[in-house]
Amino acid sequence: MFNSYLENTLVLDAQLCTGCTLCVTVCPHQVFAITDHKARIINPTNCMECGACQVNCAAGAITVTSGVGCASAMINAALTGKKEVACGCC
Amino acid sequence: MTRVFHLAANTAVMATTSKMTSTNYWDHFVARMGVRRGDHRVTPGLYKLGSPSTDSPVFVTANYSLSFDALRTSLRGLNAYILVLDTKGVNVWCAAGKRTFGTRELIRRIKAVNLNNVVSHRRLILPQLGAPGIAAHEIKNQTGFLVEYGPVRAADLPEYLTNHRATPEMRLVKFPLHDRFVLIPVELTAIWLPGLIAIGLGYIIGNLPYALAVLTVILGGTTFFPILLPWLPSKDFSTKGAFLGLVAALPFVFSVFLQHADWSWYHQAGQMLGYLLAMPSSIAYISLNFTGSTTFTSRTGVRKEIFAYIRPMAVSFAIGLVLLLVFAFVK
Ligand code: SF4
Ligand code: SF4
Repeated sequence: MFNSYLENTLVLDAQLCTGCTLCVTVCPHQVFAITDHKARIINPTNCMECGACQVNCAAGAITVTSGVGCASAMINAALTGKKEVACGCC
Repeated sequence: MTRVFHLAANTAVMATTSKMTSTNYWDHFVARMGVRRGDHRVTPGLYKLGSPSTDSPVFVTANYSLSFDALRTSLRGLNAYILVLDTKGVNVWCAAGKRTFGTRELIRRIKAVNLNNVVSHRRLILPQLGAPGIAAHEIKNQTGFLVEYGPVRAADLPEYLTNHRATPEMRLVKFPLHDRFVLIPVELTAIWLPGLIAIGLGYIIGNLPYALAVLTVILGGTTFFPILLPWLPSKDFSTKGAFLGLVAALPFVFSVFLQHADWSWYHQAGQMLGYLLAMPSSIAYISLNFTGSTTFTSRTGVRKEIFAYIRPMAVSFAIGLVLLLVFAFVK
C-alpha cells in the first residue's frame, strides 16, 4: 500500500556480463553485487533509474530506462489525460 | 583562478588554489538561496592546483562553482590538474542526467586542452555521480584515458586517494538532514511571492485563520516536509505529504469547533471539512513535486505516483477550497 517504488525498468542479462564490476562501482544505491564473476541484482527496489550502470556496462548486459519525462510534464499528462510531452527542466 | 598563461597552442592552463575567498563564500550563499541559478559558473578548461608535474593526477568536475570549489578545497596540499567540463553551470549529478557532464563533452575537452601532452599517464578521476553521463569504455577507446570513479562526496577524496579504493559507504548516496535542509531556501525563494499573495487573499477572505492556513501549507510543504521526510509514514511522497497535511489541518479544525461554538452546525462542519480537504491535498501536491529534488526516486515510481494521486488531489483541493470560500461568507 502507498508504495509506488516497488517496480522499475532495470534488467540485467547475466549471460552477457563479463564481471568487470563497474556497475557495482557506479551505482549509488548498492543495487548490484558480484558473485562468481557475474553481476547480480541484490537490491532491485533501491534502483532510482539514474542510468549509470547501463551507460558504463561495456558488455551491454544492463538496460534501464532513465531520464525521460519530468514531474511537471507527467503531472500535466495525468491531469489532462493527454500525451506526456518532454520539457526542458532538470 | 584568474592568472592565465599559455602552455601550447590551443591550451591555456588556468591556476587555482584550495582556498575559499569571501567572494566564493558569498557566491555559495547566493547559490544556496536559489538566486541567479545557472549564474554560478567557472570557466571550463584545465586548471592547475599547486605545481603539478606530468605525473600528477587529473580530476574532472562540472563548471558549477559549488562543484568546483568542493573539489579544489578537498584537494588541499595536493599538486593536481582539474579539468572542468562545460555543464552550463549545473552540478555534476544533474548535468550527468542531462548528459552535459557527458562522454562527448569530456572527449572534446580532453582534446581541446591537449591533455595527452600535459600529463604522461592516462588516468582521469571522475566523481561517481558523473557516471550516468559518461561511458568509461568510450572515453578509453577515443582518447586512451582510463576513467576512474572516485567517491560520491569530494570530502572523501583525501581518504580515497590513499589507496584509490572507495569504501561501500563512500559509494552510497544518502539524503541526510543537511542535504534536505539546503533545499528549503531554494523552495522558499521560488514561491515567496505567490505565497505572500495567497496569504493576503486568505486574510481578505477568511481573516487570520485562513491566512494562517495558507502559511501552514506553504511552510508544511517546503520546510517541514523535507525535514520530516524519513519519518513520515508510507513510501509515497504524496501520502507522506497528505499525512503531514492532515496533522497540520487538525489545529484549524479544532479551533473552529472550540472557538466558534456560536456558529450553526453546517457552518462549522463546512469549514472543518474545507480545511480537511484543502490542506492535506495541497501539501501532498508540494510534496509530490519534491520527488524531483531527491536522489532515490525512480521515474517509473514517480510516474506511478502521479497517475495514482494527482486527480484525487485536485478534486479534494477543489472541493475543500469551495467549502472554505462558501463558509467564509455563509453564516
Ligand atoms: S558492468 Fe556489465 S559487464 Fe560489468 S559487471 Fe556489471 S553487468 Fe557485468
Ligand atoms: S540505474 Fe542507477 S540506481 Fe539503478 S541500478 Fe543502475 S546505477 Fe544503480
